[in-house]
Amino acid sequence: MSTQRSGTVQGRPDLDTPVQATCEVLDRRREGAYWVLSFAAKEIAERAQPGQFVSLAVQSPGALLRRPFSIARVSQQGVAAGTVDVVFDAHGPGTEWLTSVRGHDVLDVVGPLGRPFPMPRRKVGCLLIGGGYGVAPLLYLGETLRREGLRVDMIVGAATQARLLGVIEAKRLSASSVFTTEDGSYGTQGRVTDVLEAVVAHGRTGVVYACGPNAMLRAVSERCGELHLPVQVAVEERMACGIGVCFTCVLPIRDRAGNVHLRRACLDGPVLNGARIAWEDTRYGAPSARTPAGEGGDA
Amino acid sequence: MSASPVRDQPARAWPRRRSLDPADVDLRVQLAGVALPNPITTASGCFASGVEVDRFYDVTELGAIVVKSVTREPRAGLPTPRMAETPSGMLNAIGLQNPGVDAWLARDLPWLQDRGARVVASIAGNSVEDFATVAGRLRGQPGIIAIEVNLSCPNVEERGLVFACSATDSQEVIAAVRAEASVPVLAKLTSDVTDVVSIAEAVVDAGADGVTLINTLLGMAIDPDTGRPELWNTYGGLSGPAIRPVALRNVHQVHQALPDVPILGCGGARTVEDVVQFLRAGASAVAVGTATFVDPFVGPRLIAGLRTWCAERGIAAVTDLVGDVQPWR
Repeated sequence: MSTQRSGTVQGRPDLDTPVQATCEVLDRRREGAYWVLSFAAKEIAERAQPGQFVSLAVQSPGALLRRPFSIARVSQQGVAAGTVDVVFDAHGPGTEWLTSVRGHDVLDVVGPLGRPFPMPRRKVGCLLIGGGYGVAPLLYLGETLRREGLRVDMIVGAATQARLLGVIEAKRLSASSVFTTEDGSYGTQGRVTDVLEAVVAHGRTGVVYACGPNAMLRAVSERCGELHLPVQVAVEERMACGIGVCFTCVLPIRDRAGNVHLRRACLDGPVLNGARIAWEDTRYGAPSARTPAGEGGDA
Repeated sequence: MSASPVRDQPARAWPRRRSLDPADVDLRVQLAGVALPNPITTASGCFASGVEVDRFYDVTELGAIVVKSVTREPRAGLPTPRMAETPSGMLNAIGLQNPGVDAWLARDLPWLQDRGARVVASIAGNSVEDFATVAGRLRGQPGIIAIEVNLSCPNVEERGLVFACSATDSQEVIAAVRAEASVPVLAKLTSDVTDVVSIAEAVVDAGADGVTLINTLLGMAIDPDTGRPELWNTYGGLSGPAIRPVALRNVHQVHQALPDVPILGCGGARTVEDVVQFLRAGASAVAVGTATFVDPFVGPRLIAGLRTWCAERGIAAVTDLVGDVQPWR
């Protein structure tokens, strides 16, 4: 594995120091409806924090852009030291190609990228809420929180049992875990927000971390607002570059004064304060509301 | 007589030059009278303000940094989705999101100046006055070596027709910018016109010191299931390797017609061979855009690769390649 130079940014300590690496694939396996890919990436493993992502170059014909994936696990000790896991759902030519990689193949990986989950400043109960493959970064976060001696509770939700990710890991690392499926095929029938309040009361939750579809993140953020709970969410946005230069992955963020700005999910996120996301602001691209904009199409 | 059904190729006397030490290859170029240490620049809108990629390597290694277009007032840009991947390319419709020229001067330019980067300021607007105002604000700023005028903007005074599609509209903008600017002015043109040469002639007549060829091509993609355009804006700019042949043709046509006009070639360059093609077609320097999204290190990789490529072929100066296209007939 080789890694190219990585410099620090003067005047921007908030930016991390990602690397580009050629990484050997160690394993690719099915997990329910998803795929798990493990690769050797020592420099990335050393730098990574929960909530950050890596971007992988894909070799499918005509596919140009890298694909971003949250880091699901990092091994820093033992024989597996320096390995990174990502979880993906095969739903396009790039991810379909990734299902075809084999052990000893090499991948071009850039990372770790983006803002990680901030650790709690005080010893509080942490509730981790994941939807679908959005559970992936929460498993990594849960491990880290447990090492810090913090209580972890988890709510894991999906449409069906096959799309629930990390059931065994969630049970292992959390003090309590609740599972929801929309069709009732496993755990409680319903959505993660249906059980949120009960788990918060039971786990004496002081902070909520969530990752999943944006509709779920919005519902979780709004419920946390009602319960006066701080909430950090990892968003998934369409990205071309993942490194902050293309301005395609923006979402509306409210500043302290209440003004809304479009921020890059790859640089200011993917982990954002759920209370600061202007979920209701449909001017910037909620699929249900299309307001006419007066500007031209060329960037 | 040969029995081969394949016609014999004409015997070509390839110059058999001895290879050179890569360190002896001269990569320096002149772009519109500005000296650059190498011909690799960024393409506007594909490098943000520079600081983001400086996490990966020292961005002052680049020949020049063409920054994201700035406008008179801040712009929030267009709603999402702003991007769609297409075969060997991508569509984007960002809507010129930028903090406005005053905030850019206060916040982004000082960092580039401190680092000693050679900055090409890209400016955009919706009226001649917009362009002139922004150019005036940039006057005398250290570190700015040239202004690139993004003419692919709708002209509000001409019912939204893009400036770059009209020779007279382009001319008016360039003349106004030229009057305000204290550095060379590059006009960035679009290929979405009937005759790019006539537009290039018009902007040079108006005082442009060079041209950037080409901007993105206007394109579209539709989700076949939902029937919705992939971009919120319906149409967007196509970039990436898919447009490289079109960009090369534009560079070649303009260079053939106006051999003395400096050209910054732009459109889908990703490999050293792509860069060489642009130089041969007539570009003095090559702007790399979408390739940065795929490979953050593409700039230094191309600079080092170009040096090796020239050394292996005994080419002592990269300027020897500029405009060197061998005719078939």
